[in-house]
Amino acid sequence: MVDISNIHKTYITGNNKLHVLKGIDLKVDAGEMISVMGASGSGKSTLLNILGILDNHDHGEYILNGVRIENLNERKAAMLRNKFLGFVFQSFNLVSFKNAMENVALPLYYQNVKRKKRNAIAMEFLDRMGLKDWAHHLPNELSGGQKQRVAIARALIAKPKVILADEPTGALDSVTSQEVMDILTDINKNENITMLIVTHEHDIAKRTQKTIRITDGMITEIIKN
Amino acid sequence: MFSLDRWQEIYSTIRKNKLRTFLTGFAVAWGIFMLIILLGSGNGLENGVKEEFKGGALNGIWISSGVTSVQYKGLKTGREIKFTDQDYKLIKTSIKGYDRISARLYMGNVLVSNKNEYGTFFVSPSHPDYGYIKEVQVLQGRFLNQIDIRECRKVAAIGEKVKSQLFKGRDTVALEKYINIKGVPFKVIGIFRDFGRGDDEQKRIYIPITTAQKVFYTSNVINQISFTTGQASPEEADAMLKKAKMTLARSHTFSPDDPRAIDIMNKSEDVRRFNALFTGIRLFIWIIGIGTIIAGIVGVSNIMMISVKERTKEIGIRKALGATPGSVIGLIMQEAILITGFAGYIGLVLGVGLLELISRNIPPSDFFRNPEANLAIALGATVLLIIAGAFAGFFPAIKAAAIRPIEALREE
Repeated sequence: MVDISNIHKTYITGNNKLHVLKGIDLKVDAGEMISVMGASGSGKSTLLNILGILDNHDHGEYILNGVRIENLNERKAAMLRNKFLGFVFQSFNLVSFKNAMENVALPLYYQNVKRKKRNAIAMEFLDRMGLKDWAHHLPNELSGGQKQRVAIARALIAKPKVILADEPTGALDSVTSQEVMDILTDINKNENITMLIVTHEHDIAKRTQKTIRITDGMITEIIKN
Repeated sequence: MFSLDRWQEIYSTIRKNKLRTFLTGFAVAWGIFMLIILLGSGNGLENGVKEEFKGGALNGIWISSGVTSVQYKGLKTGREIKFTDQDYKLIKTSIKGYDRISARLYMGNVLVSNKNEYGTFFVSPSHPDYGYIKEVQVLQGRFLNQIDIRECRKVAAIGEKVKSQLFKGRDTVALEKYINIKGVPFKVIGIFRDFGRGDDEQKRIYIPITTAQKVFYTSNVINQISFTTGQASPEEADAMLKKAKMTLARSHTFSPDDPRAIDIMNKSEDVRRFNALFTGIRLFIWIIGIGTIIAGIVGVSNIMMISVKERTKEIGIRKALGATPGSVIGLIMQEAILITGFAGYIGLVLGVGLLELISRNIPPSDFFRNPEANLAIALGATVLLIIAGAFAGFFPAIKAAAIRPIEALREE
């Protein structure tokens, strides 16, 4: 599903060159659930951004679901993100003036799905997250766990091939964290969606099938859980 | 572009920032309001001055005899020039391309009566063509004709105010009745309306010039020669006037450069001068108006810039979820166009409303009447608004489209 080889990424700020990724090779099969661990600054978020087509790589090859990701214009990148990828962030990244249902429905708006239809679909997904009664609440009226469940519903609604989660439990307490992980594991099992989770918590990493450790821009360890 | 969803997106952001949106919109509304008021006032001024030109062909030239003020060929200054029928015939044959021509006598205000009704009216002996030169509208009967001239008939065409003053009560039919001018009975052959503004123009009586010369003057003197230049270009009209001036100067031996020997009123030149003036005024108004609107646009643009900055994260989220740069540009531009369009329309309506109020409640004066913003102005302003909105939104939209989702999402 995800196949990268020899990925390099350098950030240039002024006169400083920061070589963040120094040749990453990674193969993730369809339906796999993998966690990425590493100290801050190790390049794990950069890797996730490149996988999410939010950032481009300098060298190397990236093939997502059989599509070679290279020199894409913004429009093409946006379409691929919409079609193949779902994102879950540490800070939830919900649109503050939209209620839960509208937030969940947003990816379908960019697929030109009619308003009534996409709201109905959004309600279905919220129901699966146990948030049906909260559909018309704004994000700031929801708890952290609820917000993350809304974000997961939003990531799922476009039926992506891969879900990329950047510290999905970073802002949550341990009980809620486990609940969120339950949901993610269920989705992985039941819907066969490939999942990459960046985390620095061992508890979370243990619940995935494989943990990849990144140190200083390179994969140093792959642990089977 | 016009999906309901997009509008709902815009509505929700506007609702979130009511005060900001109001203040921005106010700047634009004010700009359009001022433009409409300025243009309307300009029109009022123009209408007022145009009114002054009414009552007389716009291509008319009037030449009256005067007194010399320049020594010429050994002749002293202060010599009175007297036109005669001879001059009228000379002009008629010497200038080419005129449309209508008439001589006139100045009888001035004269006591006129109909039985026991009296009044002082401006009696103007002239040729039949003068009706065309003065552009009078015949309401009843007819104006003077060539037979009246040839046979020196004692007939009169009277203004409607003359009629209403001399024919009152039961005696309301004026046609074919006789009125008494300086003791001589004249048959009323027609009643006309004059669009001139002066009181004497409304209270005029035209009689055949030949009759007046025979009855009141016993000479072939005339005071004024007037003609219209037809389809002639301004240059051709000027040439005609020059030719007439030279002809008269030669026959009466006065300097062609003498400004007082003959008195010239050239309406087409006045009209040209005023047209040039008003073209200038209109240009000036548009420059000021557009300047005001630009201030409004800059305001909108500025606010949209801030709005884009504030919404960086939201735009980043949208992009991560699949928003194309095009859809982001559309969103921002449409919001700018909506704000400018809506606010501008309010300004437009208020401006037109105020002009209408002025127009209804302030009586027209010599230099100001009917201030109005016509449909063309309203349409022009609307087009201007949409362009303005697009301009206001353009740079913020480009900025929004350039937002990289990864940086936007990193922002807390």
